[in-house]
Amino acid sequence: MSDQPIIVSASPHVHSDRTSKKLMYDVVIALIPAFLVSLYVFGLQALLVTGVAVLSCLLIEYLIQRYILKSAVTIGDGSALITGLLLAFNLPAGLPVWMIVVGSLVAIGIAKLSFGGLGYNIFNPALVGRVFLLVSFPVQMTLWPTAVENNTTLVDAVTGATTLGLIKEGVQFGQTITELSPQIPSVTSMFLGITTGSIGEMSALALLLGGLYLLYRKVISWHIPVALLGTMALMTGIFWYVDPEHYANPLIHLLSGGAVLGAFFMATDLVTSPVTKKGMVIFAIGIGVITVVIRLFGSYPEGISFAILIMNAFVPLINSYFKPRRFGSKIKVKMV
Amino acid sequence: MLKTFPKGGIHPPENKLTADTPIKKMPVPRVVYVPISQHIGIPAEIVVEVKQKVEIGQVIARSGGYVSSNIHAPVAGTVTKLDMIVDTTGYKKQCIVIRTDDKNESNYQEPEFPLIPEIAMAPEEILQRIADFGIVGLGGATFPAHVKLHVKADKHLDCLIVNGVECEPYLTADHRLMLEKTDEILVGIRILMRALHIERAIIGIENNKRDAIERFRERNPKGSGIQIAALQVKYPQGGEKQLIRALLGREVPMNGLPLDVGVVVHNVGTVFAIYQAVQHNRPLMERVVTVTGKKLEKPSNFWVKIGTPITDLLAEAGGVPEGTRKIVSGGPMMGKALKSTDVPVTKGTSGILVIPDDEASRGEPRSCIRCGECVDVCPMGLEPHLLMNLTEKSLFEKAAREDILTCIECGSCSYVCPSHRPLLDYIRFGKSITKQLQTKSA
Repeated sequence: MSDQPIIVSASPHVHSDRTSKKLMYDVVIALIPAFLVSLYVFGLQALLVTGVAVLSCLLIEYLIQRYILKSAVTIGDGSALITGLLLAFNLPAGLPVWMIVVGSLVAIGIAKLSFGGLGYNIFNPALVGRVFLLVSFPVQMTLWPTAVENNTTLVDAVTGATTLGLIKEGVQFGQTITELSPQIPSVTSMFLGITTGSIGEMSALALLLGGLYLLYRKVISWHIPVALLGTMALMTGIFWYVDPEHYANPLIHLLSGGAVLGAFFMATDLVTSPVTKKGMVIFAIGIGVITVVIRLFGSYPEGISFAILIMNAFVPLINSYFKPRRFGSKIKVKMV
Repeated sequence: MLKTFPKGGIHPPENKLTADTPIKKMPVPRVVYVPISQHIGIPAEIVVEVKQKVEIGQVIARSGGYVSSNIHAPVAGTVTKLDMIVDTTGYKKQCIVIRTDDKNESNYQEPEFPLIPEIAMAPEEILQRIADFGIVGLGGATFPAHVKLHVKADKHLDCLIVNGVECEPYLTADHRLMLEKTDEILVGIRILMRALHIERAIIGIENNKRDAIERFRERNPKGSGIQIAALQVKYPQGGEKQLIRALLGREVPMNGLPLDVGVVVHNVGTVFAIYQAVQHNRPLMERVVTVTGKKLEKPSNFWVKIGTPITDLLAEAGGVPEGTRKIVSGGPMMGKALKSTDVPVTKGTSGILVIPDDEASRGEPRSCIRCGECVDVCPMGLEPHLLMNLTEKSLFEKAAREDILTCIECGSCSYVCPSHRPLLDYIRFGKSITKQLQTKSA
């Protein structure tokens, strides 16, 4: 035997090799395709926004833990890195650097650490940061640089409206979808991500690739993305079927805005989503409904961030109502 | 699709290093240490004195009540001491120490046990024999077998399930026994069917033991009423409730027993012990123990006399390897870590596992990220993260309402937790306090 004392601990004596750190870095890996697309269409600006968001999230977490909380520093666990990435993905390219830092401060300082840090936060930190910026700086937050293929510049020339913004405004001013359609990007360019919007929400294709990777690695399950996108498709589909001149078709709704990013990366955040599969479905349907209501009837063109935050608040309730069935309860004794 | 239980479960690396290693007889130990409490229930009462000579198979401690069991001398020799010694549970237990008489031939000349397929005994005689011969559940729970076989008149029993699942990683004792004692086990099943007055039995075996499944199918006579069922490999399928659910689709009601759904479950090792007792007059004095570990020189399956020190077993398997940091009695999922190897093999010892340094420590616990993995894998439909949380806050009444007492302590939750949280440690603690509170208030 070795010189070290023998370890006596309770069973189990083996452990799966999955760790929360690995889960976090899987999420980071899954975000890479979307990040590459953003580099391609927004050039160095995307790099700047993402870099500032990630660095400021890490630094703010470090400073708060080190000097205010005087607790263990956990910036290596990957969660602040993800918050930074997701925050950047929800911002327009070209946002002033100081605003990004403010957003990071709100995300990490208020939404995460003041609740007790990783695992204790009720709301998705990145979304709290983004929504804070959106309501504080509505002008800068809706100044969308237009995508330029193979962009290498740092200064943006042209800004434009997002697809959802276009439709919202157009319909409000009495235009029909048919009249607006020359301005709406093609489904292909929306799918590939050559449109306008937040840095990371552009390319449905890239996000789906990342989402599939998360599903394959079992970091997330299909329940939230499928229920969320399904609800959105169904609801927008009904409105579009009834009045196609005032409501865009479901495909436009699914491919534009933050639908895919939200469904695969924001709503599936482990900490702020329900624990059981049943609960996840209820949660996702709630997000889908609220998102569509905001998109179609609210004052904002896009509502998925608000919808996710609202449903985040219901998670404890969902968890206590939708429990797994206990073995041996509610059964009829079956004789074979 | 192979059968399995529908909710929860995990698939840890199997590591069945000794699956192809035939069972070898351990040399007769010079001294045996026989605890009088090797079963669940009341300890047996010692009926021998110091310096008394005992014969092999002689009763040395008599059943202390209904839920108790006789204990027999595993060797012929002299009682040298009645002592308190630590056993595999970590607690001190009363123990009978016998020095083997090396001149007594019965210690070294084992009788032959030719297969006896005809069953001569009447059902009541069989039940009495099982009680008298110290048979307890050898799968690990060590519940006295005769108690399980006592079927109250108001229960309708229609099926015997024989547990050959051996879902714990590393362990191969049952696997080897099924391969080497196939016919004996089949006769043992018929003995039990006769004692229970039933026509139907199923042997459940996980599909990683194809050879055992084939062997049983080959040897099983037509019209025996015995069915051999291959099961998908999934832990904890060897749990009674999971196994019944997997094989018959019946769910034992919460706080109920297998009998409530017409089933009795026995482990293959127990069935073999019953065969030996009924057909060959052999009380339970030895069992198969898997001695294993990745760094062990000669991982083996041994026939071991009850009371043999684990130190002897490890020596026979090549000695404790350099860098061992943990020694477990049982499998890695539910076994107990030992403080010392100076403890004896008892009726419930299915394996000894030595774990090297790099696998012996737990990961550092981090915050719960509410991923829900523990909920997904819990075969009992519980919410381990919640139960741990409630126990941490001493909310035991709430924990009871969340059915903490139905936890079977399989450890699947702790196994999967990506934040290395000691879920089962807390749940065990919560269970014991909850039980105490309930007995107090009752």
